Amino acid sequence: MGDTKKPDKDGGTSTPRPLNPKQQSRRDFLEGAGATAVVTTAVPVLGISAANAQQADNAASVPTTSIRLTVNGVSHSVDVEDRWTLVEVLRDQLDLTGTKIGCDRSECGACTVLMNGAPVYSCSQLAVWADGAEITTVEGLAQNGQLSTLQQAFVDNNGPQCGFCTPGQLMTATALLNNTQSPDSDEVRSALVGNLCRCSNYNAIVEAVVSAGEKLGGVA
Amino acid sequence: MKTLININASSISDAVAAAQQALGNGQSIAFSGGGTDLLQQIKDGTDRSDVIINLRTVTDANQITSNGSGTAIGGLITLTDLSASDVSAVLAEAAASVGTPQIRNVATLSGNVTQRPWCWYYRNGFNCYKSGGNECFSVVGENQQHAIFGGGPSFIVHPSDIAPALVALNASFIVSGPAGERSLSAQEFFVLPSQNPLQENVLAPGELLSGVNIPSAPSNTVSTYHKIMDREAWTHAEVSVAAVLTLAGNRVEAASIVLGGVATIPWKLDAVESFLVGKELTEAVVREAGALAVANAQPLAKNGHKVPMTSAAVERTLMSLAAV
Ligand SMILES: Cc1cc2nc3c(=O)[nH]c(=O)nc-3n(C[C@H](O)[C@H](O)[C@H](O)COP(=O)(O)OP(=O)(O)OC[C@H]3O[C@@H](n4cnc5c(N)ncnc54)[C@H](O)[C@@H]3O)c2cc1C
Ligand code: SF4
Ligand code: FES
Ligand code: FES
Repeated sequence: MGDTKKPDKDGGTSTPRPLNPKQQSRRDFLEGAGATAVVTTAVPVLGISAANAQQADNAASVPTTSIRLTVNGVSHSVDVEDRWTLVEVLRDQLDLTGTKIGCDRSECGACTVLMNGAPVYSCSQLAVWADGAEITTVEGLAQNGQLSTLQQAFVDNNGPQCGFCTPGQLMTATALLNNTQSPDSDEVRSALVGNLCRCSNYNAIVEAVVSAGEKLGGVA
Repeated sequence: MKTLININASSISDAVAAAQQALGNGQSIAFSGGGTDLLQQIKDGTDRSDVIINLRTVTDANQITSNGSGTAIGGLITLTDLSASDVSAVLAEAAASVGTPQIRNVATLSGNVTQRPWCWYYRNGFNCYKSGGNECFSVVGENQQHAIFGGGPSFIVHPSDIAPALVALNASFIVSGPAGERSLSAQEFFVLPSQNPLQENVLAPGELLSGVNIPSAPSNTVSTYHKIMDREAWTHAEVSVAAVLTLAGNRVEAASIVLGGVATIPWKLDAVESFLVGKELTEAVVREAGALAVANAQPLAKNGHKVPMTSAAVERTLMSLAAV
């Protein structure tokens, strides 16, 4: 895997959405806009494409670095392009596709993994910044084929609907349960504030985490 | 994503040296703290740096140290650590209000203060003042989220939650660069777009914010950070208020009040501060302070809601401290 130089998932020229004024829809503008971009009226369409200014990258000259990652307890030595994000390396180089990419810009939480025990958005970290770190992904939660208490609680409480956000929810909630004994629903809500569920299954998710906490804390 | 070279810095001086070397080679550089703003800018093409200098590997700038005259905070402290610190309520609350736990776990104090504007035109690659052009699209465009104070020729709002708290605490900003270290007041550090429309602060290429110093305050000082958003979490302030009051009972001995989310730099309310000194924090006084806060507001076509919002935020913040 070390010598494979895979292109970015969209073909080596990962770019923002097109901003050609003539083709740009309001939806494109809003989707491309920053975190705080929520408007209810039309916006002008005068943008220049940042993408146009980007030169096609010459694969031969792409800087790479050799890094070491401990993922789910297994140590990996990986040659990564400096520009690769952590989630790209987890999914494309280590074949750990449990971690999902939703927004690729810190706005959904689907890519959440634990870095040295703390939840982070793996889409918004370069892999080189994680050199030497201990990473836990959703694949690392079950032990010897046995779901973790939290995973079982998600099953029992119908935590997943479509399931796309579930790996991220599980990672953030795992960190919470590692640090807080039997969190109440308010504590769960505030810990999970950085994980969207597009199916809006929040009540079931919160119930699952609370019940897992009770089981682990021995309170139930 | 475009190609880039990552360099891990081991210390602040190492980071400065790496920056000098890259600049000397004709390369453009960016420092990365948590990278939570920077990486998005690289993906979007608004930052095209050749070399990223990773500060996460720096070990000499993430501590909090106190002595008789005040507290020094390393600029690379994460917002999670800052939110759990006991330096000052306003600072911890401001840190806790940023983004989400996943962002705060890596985001740094310095990166928060030096994050680029989140104006949707700038972030979408419009060639405005902030990207080196010579027009502002927001002034006649979609300016719901733009400045009611300090605007022109750019009307960004300074996006940082930590900066208003630091300014309210009268912090000084430690800048490290090839010429060594210098300590700047908030007034010297932040720049209005009328002074330089390209930048939000005075940092020259290759200079970084290595930390802040906060002078100690009298023991009867209270503080808080109040942030209003267009949703409950995960976004910048519509308006925020950082307030630091020295109170004798309910009588104000000293006041420091700074707005976020409504001005092109952290916006210190000098007139409100001097109005409050010597007064009891009654409801009438607080209401007058709220009105005074927006006396010089200059709303654009679509951000008029920020004016009453700012008054209300100032009133609520003061009342919450009066009740303490
Ligand atoms: C979804 C989302 C929500 C957000 N919500 C908030 C919010 O509520 N409040 C808020 O304040 N911010 C928010 N942000 C912006 C940003 O994530 C935070 O401000 C964060 O604190 C930035 O810190 P960082 O260390 O990650 O900065 P970085 O991304 O590392 O750096 C930010 C900028 O500063 C430069 N820089 C970094 N370190 C230094 C240094 N030491 N000296 C000089 N320049 C430096 C970088 O080159 C870059 O231009 C949000 C971002 C996202 C994506
Ligand atoms: S407000 Fe500033 S960043 Fe936004 S369009 Fe105007 S000049 Fe550009
Ligand atoms: S994919 Fe990382 S936060 Fe959405
Ligand atoms: S279960 Fe579908 S996004 Fe959460």
